[in-house]
Amino acid sequence: MNSLVNIRTIAKRELGAYFSSPLAYVFIVIFLLLCGFFTFMVGGFFERGEASLVRPFFDWHPWFYLFLVAAVGMRLWAEERRVGTIELLLTMPITAWQAIVGKFLASWLFLGLALGLTFPVIITVNYLGSPDNGVILCGYLGSWLMAGAYLAVSCITSAMTRTQVVSFIVSVVLCLFLILAGFPPVINLIENWAKPWLVDVITSFSVITHFEGFQKGVLDSRDVIFFLSIIGFSLFSTSVILRGHRAG
Amino acid sequence: MIKVNNLAKVFGTKRAVDDISFSVERGEVLGFLGPNGAGKSTTMRMITGFIPPSAGTVSVGGFDIVEKPIEARRLIGYLPENAPAYTDMTVHGFLNFCAEIRGLKGDARKKAVSRVVEMCFLESVLHQSVETLSKGYRHRTCFAQSIIHDPDVLVLDEPTDGLDPNQKHEVRGLIRRMGEKKAIIFSTHILEEVDAVCSRAIIIDRGKIVANGTPAELRQRSEWAGAVTVRVSGINANVLNQKLVQLASVKRTSILREDSASVTARVFPKSANTNGTLARHIAEAAQGWHIEELHTEEGRLDEVFRSITMPDTATTAPK
Repeated sequence: MNSLVNIRTIAKRELGAYFSSPLAYVFIVIFLLLCGFFTFMVGGFFERGEASLVRPFFDWHPWFYLFLVAAVGMRLWAEERRVGTIELLLTMPITAWQAIVGKFLASWLFLGLALGLTFPVIITVNYLGSPDNGVILCGYLGSWLMAGAYLAVSCITSAMTRTQVVSFIVSVVLCLFLILAGFPPVINLIENWAKPWLVDVITSFSVITHFEGFQKGVLDSRDVIFFLSIIGFSLFSTSVILRGHRAG
Repeated sequence: MIKVNNLAKVFGTKRAVDDISFSVERGEVLGFLGPNGAGKSTTMRMITGFIPPSAGTVSVGGFDIVEKPIEARRLIGYLPENAPAYTDMTVHGFLNFCAEIRGLKGDARKKAVSRVVEMCFLESVLHQSVETLSKGYRHRTCFAQSIIHDPDVLVLDEPTDGLDPNQKHEVRGLIRRMGEKKAIIFSTHILEEVDAVCSRAIIIDRGKIVANGTPAELRQRSEWAGAVTVRVSGINANVLNQKLVQLASVKRTSILREDSASVTARVFPKSANTNGTLARHIAEAAQGWHIEELHTEEGRLDEVFRSITMPDTATTAPK
């Protein structure tokens, strides 16, 4: 009970911090512009003539998140360490876990808010045709879970350094691996020399492979568990890294 | 309230804190002195549970900081070095957050925040962002955070660093007043602060405690303790020196300054100089010259500090 209250307090402060700096607004505007541009211009939403968001909208998300989520996550711990507030935070009567989860949840909710603000595309597609809204909702859920997985990876890289830029770059590289492991051109390359089971192992690490199901409207527990376990593992690594710093 | 037993911290091959033990009771203000890098901040970080000790134990109010960290931390208010605060919040928002995470709710929280705002003179910057505060205000904001839950134990790492003389005076007064009911540890470089605030002081050097006592006891360790400074006219330095050395209670003298009008000398006693015996003897010996000034030194903390922490370069008297 008490730990939930502590997590909520931390998350509330963190969310407040996003909105008291220009970061939140800049992020939301850029995210929405990118979504709009890629959906309607590059994705050819109108030309397709389908009442669906799968290809023109959700296909781009793994790539947007690569940069945008890293930008949201880079400050989480790097800033605390640079300013020294980590010393304040971790000597409060809370556990390190509560702080880690609270900060993560705040950023994840923020990403959820940005994602939710893309609702005009749902209205548009419903106005123009009659799409399966269950599939769209499922896509949104998958997209949010994927954002959480990226964010958790950014948590690790942010805890590793005092410099936000370093955190950003390392996080982009790690997440790029998560994407490329399931990116068709890369898979074709691997298939040339690797045995089929090895290809399966590699692709099973990819967010794209697991996001695919959500896009089609299939809510597979394995995909949900994949994203949740990336989040769980990454947050655990974050706690290990933070403890490592303090132990010296 | 605070018990530190055989505490040690090793960073790589460096023993930052090396087997130190002490305790602080309610009503005590312990000054923590030492040169830069002596291990003051590391010790305080271990007491507050920010970094785990390599060996030894810390208990706060009976709770071990490693075994029962949450219970122990509830009792502690902590002002870290350089007074960090969330730069993206207002002063009010920051204090409110700290009160909330300390478990204060509703009316109690409002009262706690307004109490520390008043105590630390933060009204004028209450709705200003922490980022835009001057160093003094930021320091006091972080200090306010440390006392917001009226803790039994206060750990303050250089609480007067970066404050102007008025603010320093104010904060010292605050620490002294709170020290009547709490157990306080604070570190400082400023030796006059020890006299102004502490009931006891510990000098730590290269991770070890090298002195532990009341400020008066520490001063007693000074070579100058009991020495007499005398300024006279109508005599030259050499003659004065000869006359003084002939006195039974004088061990040696050193001439501090000589000009056409007067000579200033410091006279060291042979045995402990009690009740101003030495000064009386010098006064009685004054014939043919005039004493313009005469006083017995109490001993100086900075000299004690230097002779303890830098034994090689201390101003030792020629034998």
